[in-house]
This record gives sequence, structure tokens and C-alpha cells, in this order.
Amino acid sequence: MAVLAPILGRLVKALITLLAIAVLNFFLIHAAPGDPAVVLAGEAGAADEQMIAQLRERFGLDQPFHVQLGSYVWNIVRLDFGYSFRQGAPVLDLILERLPATLILTLTAFVISLTLGIALGVAASARVGKASDSVLTTLALLFYATPLYWAALMAVLVFSVELGWLPGFGYETVGAGYSGLARIWDVIKHLILPASTLGLFFMAVYMRMTRASMLEVAQMDFVKTARAKGLSGPVIRRRHILRNAILPVVTLAGLQAGQLVGGAVLTETVFAWPGIGRLMFESLAARDYNTILGVFLVSAAMVIVFNILTDLVYRLVDPRIGARA
Amino acid sequence: MRTVLSIQDLSIALPKGADRPHAVAGISMTIAEGEILCVVGESGSGKSMTANALMGLLPPGVTVDGGRAVFDGQDVLSLPETERQKLRGSRIAMIFQEPMTALNPLMRIGEQIAEVFAAHGMYGPTEREKRALSLVTEVGLPDPAKIMRAYPFQLSGGQRQRAMIAMALALEPELLIADEPTTALDVTTQAQILELILDLRRRRGMGVMFITHDFGVVAEIADKVIVMEKGIAVEQGTAAAVLEHPQHAYTRRLLDAIPTGRLPQARKLEHAPVLELKGLRKVYRTGGGLFREAREVRAVDDVSLTIARGEVLGLVGESGSGKSTLGRTVVRLVTPDAGQVLVGGTDLAALSEEELRRSRNKVQMVFQDPYASLNPRHRILRALTAGPVAMGKPKAGAEAKARELLEIVGLGAEAANRFPHEFSGGQRQRIGIARALAMEPELIVADEAVSALDVSIQAQVLDLLRDLRARLGLSILFITHDLRVAAQLCDRIAVMQKGRLVEIGGVHDIFLSPQEAYTRDLLAAVPGADWAAENRTRGVS
Repeated sequence: MAVLAPILGRLVKALITLLAIAVLNFFLIHAAPGDPAVVLAGEAGAADEQMIAQLRERFGLDQPFHVQLGSYVWNIVRLDFGYSFRQGAPVLDLILERLPATLILTLTAFVISLTLGIALGVAASARVGKASDSVLTTLALLFYATPLYWAALMAVLVFSVELGWLPGFGYETVGAGYSGLARIWDVIKHLILPASTLGLFFMAVYMRMTRASMLEVAQMDFVKTARAKGLSGPVIRRRHILRNAILPVVTLAGLQAGQLVGGAVLTETVFAWPGIGRLMFESLAARDYNTILGVFLVSAAMVIVFNILTDLVYRLVDPRIGARA
Repeated sequence: MRTVLSIQDLSIALPKGADRPHAVAGISMTIAEGEILCVVGESGSGKSMTANALMGLLPPGVTVDGGRAVFDGQDVLSLPETERQKLRGSRIAMIFQEPMTALNPLMRIGEQIAEVFAAHGMYGPTEREKRALSLVTEVGLPDPAKIMRAYPFQLSGGQRQRAMIAMALALEPELLIADEPTTALDVTTQAQILELILDLRRRRGMGVMFITHDFGVVAEIADKVIVMEKGIAVEQGTAAAVLEHPQHAYTRRLLDAIPTGRLPQARKLEHAPVLELKGLRKVYRTGGGLFREAREVRAVDDVSLTIARGEVLGLVGESGSGKSTLGRTVVRLVTPDAGQVLVGGTDLAALSEEELRRSRNKVQMVFQDPYASLNPRHRILRALTAGPVAMGKPKAGAEAKARELLEIVGLGAEAANRFPHEFSGGQRQRIGIARALAMEPELIVADEAVSALDVSIQAQVLDLLRDLRARLGLSILFITHDLRVAAQLCDRIAVMQKGRLVEIGGVHDIFLSPQEAYTRDLLAAVPGADWAAENRTRGVS
């Protein structure tokens, strides 16, 4: 119970936050100019009287304000995010259909950037001041400064158009009819370019942060104690410095993890990746309110879930947290 | 006795641009089996550098540029790094000053001790743990099995230092280097750690190089003493010889700086109180939330006392006794939960923000850390005039007064145009005192105001405070953990323990005939207390 109590507290807070977001969503619909029904129907391109009347009834727009709010929130609780007139399908179906592609892309990018970033950061800090450190930090700065869409376009140009090594767009080869391992291999080939472009920026961030944090922790008293014990350099770095230096990186990784769902709009658009990001982009362009709000809610839920997960991970890596409060 | 370590003509070069070319210039010393050599000096004397050089732990840029340190027939200074690494922790071990930061916060105590065996490829995992457990038991940690699984933050300062010692003893080193291991600890804890080191020396017969700035500690444990000043050994000999017949002027200055039981003359005090505390309480609550019980700490628990005009009241106690919270409450940096803080009849605790701002000048504080308590980007003049100007004093008048005060605290008026970093710790503390005086307070709260200073500097600042008290009739609430410092300056002493006022009385009464057991424990724990008492009797006879 002692372990579960803080998680329970977080869950209660998370539910309250989600509810607040749903209410905010509701006000966003109402903030759009004109009658929401006209907006919803009109933007869908089918603004005849009969449909608007249907919409009014469906959303209860003839009801008083608080009843409307109540029924909207009730719909959300039942996971009913409404209907996309543009796409001709329920919003939830649209999102669930796109979710796996996005998660495959963002999770791969996340894992690549985190492991490579930390490894390179540790390597750079161990060689601080030497030429190899300068090369690594300069590269990191370059990746950090490169706009994502530019890197993506260049990657397509070089590896797909010029060299022809990897497919430049899509999630899998359309109409190839692969199955089993062949299909997985096909997806992986499609994944390499978007995942590495997406991961590049965060890899640079993790590397710089790991390096700085390692150097800072290396100055601390307990590192001197470790040396006085007769431990070797690599052991000190792994067991003493890295373990402490990783804490701020975990914080940042938690922030990135929260963006796993909504954070790949650019990459998905450039690589024509059929994920949530592109769904959001298309809905924005088409002013498909219901879908946008659905994506908004799901992304927010993801941020909250990953915040809780980050907290739990933090409790694992730092025993002081939780025990002190 | 077999010689464990023999240092000959050791020189340690500082990087270019340092305040002097050598941290240590040509010192020699020997330590025999079972012998404790105290290396005494103030900050910057090169005593820690000597220890770090032996361990091969010198900071980057600092190098040994002469001399030998012979340990077991070979010069450790000229050994290759891999060989030195084998010596570290196994045959030469070291403990450090700050037990709070010297342990890895993310590793269990047991792991950290067992790691010493792993570092030297000794034993298997089970045996390592078994041996770690017996070490934890040997250094007198309570509930060893539980301590093994604990993280450093779950231990007190004294317990952490014991864990450090356990780590250092793991492989039965022939030489233990202790770098100010008790400086950060309370007196009673310090006494226990010193006792532990003496006991281990007896049982294990190891040589100990004990670095300290405190001659009281020297009197407790040293067999031999070497006194260092600015990298040079100015005096060395047996503990008895150095303590009783110091030859060098610097040694005498250091010895004079610690009071050997000389208590100040009792002064006649006025009756008009400048400060009255009535039933003061402050409770800190931590944690507490939807699913958790809040934890309460009674930092100040029903404390009532008065300070007369022109009186210096010493407030002593160990860490966590609530003495700092009390001081902060008097300045109302902390608002008490109950009780009154009467300064000249006004209850500071009951004032609104606006009224408080107008009354802030009545009580001023001098802080512990002279490095952190002055804004590094403000010139001294600004630091001294900001307060008075905010109180509505004309700027020109405040500046003239500031220059005058700088003269009074012994810095000279020209100090006004300089920045804090241009001053030493002792000088900054003088600035801190001038800053407090600039507000023309009725009472000054000095919270550990001399604790961060070297003994000789400490003596100078105490002189200044005595002088100010005589000249300006200053009333001071002097908060300190150091009973010896309190004895030098205070008219009366108040002893606090766990938020409660244990005993309060004249300095002679408290020191010579303490009524409460806790006060007696505190006095007995003062390092060098016996030696000081001997001196006192000798002085009398």
C-alpha cells in the first residue's frame, strides 16, 4: 500500500486533469465562430437544414448549456469522440486505426535517440577536451540546429531518390501483399528513414545533457570517495557517475515520451507516414473539428500517462524520491 | 615501532596564476604503526593537498614536483597509476570531511562497502556482503542488517561518517588518512567518532594521518603534531610538546585562538529587555497529501527568554535543535505558529507585511556563509545602503554612514567601492556586520556567524564583536554550535535541544556548574575539554 498510495494519488489527479481537458474541448467547440452545428456540418461540406437539425439533436444544442456540457463529457467518458464527416467514420475508429503506425515510429525514434544519446554523451564526457569529444559535440550541435523537415527531405533525397537504398515514403509497400517476416522486414525498411530523422534531434539533446551531467557529477565528493576505494575509471563512470548523471536525462525523456503520439506531425507529413500526426495535419487543413479535438484529447491522455510512468521510473532510479516526502 | 609512511621534502606545485607557486613546499614527516599524526593548519595551509597527493587524488593542474613518500619500501609518488590504484582503499585508505556528500546517494550502504572488496578483486559476492556486515557492526552502527540496506539519506551525519570509516577499514589498511572527518559533525557526534578512531587504532594498529584545524581535537587524539602554514611545516613534535610549549608564533596564535576555559569577566547587565520571547512555537509539517499522514517537527517548542540591552546571549545546541529556526523567527524570516516576539514593546510576530517592512530594521541578521550572503554583483556601498534607503533615509546620509561603519568594522572607507569577491571570508563577515549595523538595529541575530571561518580569523571577528558591544552597547543573539566560541563572547548561554530550551544562565554557571544532564553531555563532548580543564587548574595554582 505504501508503494501504491502515491500512484493512486497521481491517478486521481490524472483523471481530474483529463476531465478538465474534455471541458476545455467543449468550450473550444463553442468558441468557434457561429453555431457549432453549422460549423460542424458546414465544414464537412453538407450544410443542409435537415443535417443541421440532426446535429442539433445529436449534440443536444437545443438543450441548456450545462446539459450540453454534461452530455459532451458523458460522451467522452464512453469513449465516443463524435463523427468525422470529412472522413465518413467515427473519430475513435480513425484514431485507433492510425495509432499503431505512429507508436511504431515514435517509439523507435525514442529508443534510438535515448540509447545513442546517452552512449555518445558518456563517450564524449570520458574524452572531454580531446579531439573526439569536440567532433561529437559539434555533430550534436549540428543535429540540434538542423530543422527536422530539412533533414527529412535531405534523407529522402539522398537515401531514397539518389541511392535508392530505402523507400522514401509510406508505411509499407502498397499492393505488395507481403505477410509474416517479409512484411515486418518491409515495415522496418520503411521505418529507418523517418525514425532516424525524428530521433536525430532528441539524440543530440540527450547527448549534450548526458555529457554535461556526467561532467558535473564527476566533480562530486562521492566520486572522490570511489577513487579512494581503488575503483578503476570505467567502473567509477558506470556505477557512480552515470547512475547519478542519468537523473536529469530521465526527466527530459519523460517529456519526450509524452509527445510520442502528437509529436511527429512534420515527420509523418514528409514521409507520408499514415499516423496520428498526419491525421491531425489533414484534419487541421480540412477544419475537421471533431477529429482535431479527438486527437487533442488522446495526445493529452498520453502526456498524462507518460508523466505518471516517468514518476515511477524516477522512483526506481532515485530512492530518495518518495521516501522523503 | 615500524615506520608506515615517511615523507621527505614533499613539494606540490599549484597551476600558474594561483596565489602562490607551491601548495606545499618541502615538508617531511613520518608515521609509525599505531601512531596518530595530526596535521594542523588553517584553510590554504596545504594540509589537504598533502593527503590528496599521497592518495593520488590531486585535482587537475596540481602536481607533485619534488620529494618522496615512502610506503612499504617504495616511493608511492613515483608509482604508475595502476599500482597506485591497487594501493588506494586496500593499504592506504581515506575518509573525508563531508559525510553528507561523500557517499553515493543512489547506492545502498552495504553495496558501497562491499564495493571495496570488488575493487580489489577479493572474495565472492556472498563473502563480500558478510564482511561488509561485520564491518558495519564493528564501527558501531545500530541495527547493522538494516543499515546495510539503507541509502545514505536515511542516515544521520555521524552514521554516514561511521559508514565511511567502515569502507576505509574494509581491507585492513596500514595507513588511514582522515581529512577533517569530524568538522561537519555535532560535538557529541564528533566525540564519538574520535573515540571510534582511537579504538580502531588500538585494535588494528594502523597509522593515522589526521588532518584538522582544531587544536581541541589534537589534544584528544594526537601522538605527534605537525603545524602547517602556507605550505610550510612551521613546527612539529610530540603532541605534549607542541601543546604545552609551542615554539613558533603561528602555533601560539592558533592555540591562543581557542579558549582554554578562560571565561569572560562577568559584566553588569541592564534590566531593560531589548527582546522578549514569550511562548514561542514553530512546527514544521512535511509530506501530507491525499493518502499520507503529515509528519510534524517541533522546531521551536514553547520557548520564552529575554535579552537585556547590551547583552550577548549565546544560543547553543546541536543540529536540529531548532536554534536557527528560533533566530529566523526573531528576525521574522519565519513566522511563528504561536507566541510573541517583543522588540522594544512591539510584537514582531503579529505585524502585517506592511508594518513589518517598516519595523524590519529593528532586528538584523548576520549570516553563516560570508560567501553566499552578499550579492556578488553589488558593490559593498550598495549592499550597505540598500536597507537604509529603503527605510527612507536620504542616500547621501546613508552613504556617509556606510563609510563610517566600514571604518568601525576595521575595513576602511575605501572598501565601499569594491565588490564582495575582492574580500576574504573574514572581511566579508565584517561587511555582513556593517550591513546589519547600517540599519541601526536594536538587536543583532548572528547565526553561526563565525563558524565558517578559520580559528585565527574567528578570533578577530569575535574581538570586533566584543569591541562593538563595548562601544555601541550592542545586543546580540549569538547562535552557535560551538560552546568554546560561545564561552568567549557571551554574557549568558541558552541551551536548546529538540526545540526546547533546556537550560539558560550566566556563562559561568553554565560552564562551571551546569544543572541539566544534556548541558553536561555537551560540555564533556567538547574536544580538548580535559586538556583545557588541566590548563585551567594549572593557571589557577
